[in-house]
Amino acid sequence: MTTNNPPALELRNVSRSFGGVRAVDDVSLAVRSGTLTSIIGPNGAGKTTLYNLVSGRLRPDAGRILLRGEDVTGLPPHAVARRRLARSFQVTNVFMGLSVFQNVRAAVIARRGAGRRWFADVESDRSLREDTQRLLAQVGLAEQAPRPCRTLAHGDRRIVEIAIVLALEPNVILLDEPTAGMNPHETLRIVALVRDLQRETGKTFLLTEHDMKVVFAVSERIVVMHQGRVIADGAPDAIRGDAEVRRAYLGGVVA
Amino acid sequence: MLLFLIAVGLSLIFGVLGVLNFAHGAFYMLGAYVAFQLVARGGVDFWLTLVLAPLVVGALGGIIEVAFLRRMYRRETVFQLLLTFALILILDDLVRIIWGSGPRMVPQPAPLGESIPIGGRFFPAYNLSVVALGPVVGLALWLALRSTHAGRIVRAAAQDREMASALGIDVPRVFTAVFALGTALAALGGVLAAPLRTLSPAMGDAIIIDSFIVAVVGGLGSFPGAFLGALLIGQVGAFGVVNPAFAQLQIAFPFILMALILLARPRGLFGG
Amino acid sequence: MRLLIVALVALALLPFIATQFFLVLATEVLLLGLFALSFNLLFGYTGMLSFGQAAYFAISGYTVALLLVRGWPLPAAFVAGIVAATAAALVLGWLSVRLNAIYFAMLTLAWGMMVFTAAFQWRDLTGGSDGITNLPIDVVAGIDFADFRVFYLVALAVTALCAWLLWRIVHSPFGQVLIAIRENAERIAFTGIDVRHYQLAAFVVAGLFAGVAGALFVPFARIAAPSMAHWTRSAEPVLMTVLGGPGTFFGPVVGSAIFIYLRNFVTARTEFWNLVLGLILLPMVLVFRGGIVGFLLEAFGHTGHDDE
Repeated sequence: MTTNNPPALELRNVSRSFGGVRAVDDVSLAVRSGTLTSIIGPNGAGKTTLYNLVSGRLRPDAGRILLRGEDVTGLPPHAVARRRLARSFQVTNVFMGLSVFQNVRAAVIARRGAGRRWFADVESDRSLREDTQRLLAQVGLAEQAPRPCRTLAHGDRRIVEIAIVLALEPNVILLDEPTAGMNPHETLRIVALVRDLQRETGKTFLLTEHDMKVVFAVSERIVVMHQGRVIADGAPDAIRGDAEVRRAYLGGVVA
Repeated sequence: MLLFLIAVGLSLIFGVLGVLNFAHGAFYMLGAYVAFQLVARGGVDFWLTLVLAPLVVGALGGIIEVAFLRRMYRRETVFQLLLTFALILILDDLVRIIWGSGPRMVPQPAPLGESIPIGGRFFPAYNLSVVALGPVVGLALWLALRSTHAGRIVRAAAQDREMASALGIDVPRVFTAVFALGTALAALGGVLAAPLRTLSPAMGDAIIIDSFIVAVVGGLGSFPGAFLGALLIGQVGAFGVVNPAFAQLQIAFPFILMALILLARPRGLFGG
Repeated sequence: MRLLIVALVALALLPFIATQFFLVLATEVLLLGLFALSFNLLFGYTGMLSFGQAAYFAISGYTVALLLVRGWPLPAAFVAGIVAATAAALVLGWLSVRLNAIYFAMLTLAWGMMVFTAAFQWRDLTGGSDGITNLPIDVVAGIDFADFRVFYLVALAVTALCAWLLWRIVHSPFGQVLIAIRENAERIAFTGIDVRHYQLAAFVVAGLFAGVAGALFVPFARIAAPSMAHWTRSAEPVLMTVLGGPGTFFGPVVGSAIFIYLRNFVTARTEFWNLVLGLILLPMVLVFRGGIVGFLLEAFGHTGHDDE
């Protein structure tokens, strides 16, 4: 990596422990702009912890995290988000009591820094409404806009998660098991969505997943974690054939 | 030491049920009034009352928990607080209705009417026994929680409701029992306080703020914390005004201490 | 909207037809209703339960009293009171918003009681338990504030203006952020919102409007007393909001009207107002979570929160 084209996201010797357990153990990773990288590994491998470290939910015990070359280690979540890194959550984390429209609009407001405006009527702000509608159309939720998230099917809620992420116009997108709990139909929808987004926007995607069909369908690069360390890193075909990866998965979840 | 007993009850209820019992002072007050009813009006021996009154009030606490509080555990904190606030309102006036608003007195138990000289000053024997009783009760409770089977069950339910339930523990029953125990402790404090001060329907309000502060400073859910907190807060007040220039500060001391703790170490000195 | 204008005009006409007793009661409903509205910005919209809003009510009130006694004209004292309350809310809020729900509630309770204790103990400044009385309320710019009818209209105008401002606030992008914080503070943080910052802003605004209420309440009641800061005073907006309904904008004002009317009705017949209040509060907490207004809205076919 040359200094005037730094990786979209870089981790240098990042570690984090809980009690005596090293959830993330000296991980170094560099992600190029515009790529889609999947992080896989058995449960407890440290994938979510890694996400929490990168997005600011947790502070690393050691190491540095850089976003486009800027050191963001230890910054709180909102500061990391302001630097154009957005993440979705494994356990759906939307605004349940609000409508789909309000969910996405809140993210748009946040993105624009419009939260300062205390006197303007939010309903009559045309550009806010149009931007929100555009995002909803992009992910296929336009019809569901007025419904409270609480009443949505699980799959649709996960899509609201993604819509919120998109609303932030991030450069780096972290998706945490986006297809968790979805039926095959919903899963295909997400896969198509992610593929389209990557193609259209050229943003950098990071994906954690348990569903190997999804992983091998969309990834350009796969990073395998096990017990907090990276044990394999490369193109899908290489990973498919990696013996250590097979061992880690205890006999062949790998497609 | 009275403050300790009340704070321990509050801490226990918070530690196990996760509920901040605003009405705790009202149970203290009830303990005192029941003592009044038994001792002054009924001629019952004071030491018997010391056992009876907390049982009565504890039973009432248990009933209240089953009838009202139980529905609130899944709700947000604010509604739990509001429920206990409604309880204060109701209990305060019930006391007023039953016993009137005027001051009531409970005589000190006879064998302890005298003063005992310690280190050059005279201390009323009753006060000394209250001071002694506090830590004894506290220690007994702490040991019970630590070492007995029932204690382990309570601690399990406090730590993880769902898990305890999955293991076959009747969590609702444990909660009722703990709430009853907590209110009984407050009532015990009330009974002990009865001979020392005039009873009035406002006595609950006065004590609740102080007991909050003690519990927070010590750490909600911690016994040693309640003890230390009660020492800190209680003794500062007990010694009277040390220096007139600092009188105002001394009154504000409990609040300042609470604010400091909440800012520097919200879980309290011993909180976990 | 039209309904509101009609209501406002009707209210403005009251001084010509109502008795002094009723007008005085109505003034109290307005001022405490404003206090409750300020509380609900924090509670209903941002999800923060403060048990010490009376601190700002009292700080403002005492500032007004102290200045009036020193010869300041009422309008100037009024502004000073609001400034004092807002400054206090900024300082105390900055110290408090970092805590989670229960501890936040307790700390705000503590602040309120500290103000109470200060007012009670600092006899030289505040007159202690006697409070500050004999407030000189004169005619300013032709307006005789001492006239109860005039004062009612002033209270109505100020409350209406403040209510309008609060309405704008909760329906603005800022308001949407507050609502999002209430719904899921963690999620909104991951969108780039500094939650503490917004919570502090909400706290300061709430303190400001509580200060407005207090600044008018003191000349209205003709006394500034420590009870203005006591936790039972802080509980009033909480009760009014729960009674009226925290899910709608005007719930707290409806709650204020109900509360004050009830208190008046009950205390005239019995001394056991606390009992009645407690017995009414119980079903509100156990069953009717949306308060009276919420209940009525549901009964007439609307459901859910008024978040639009």
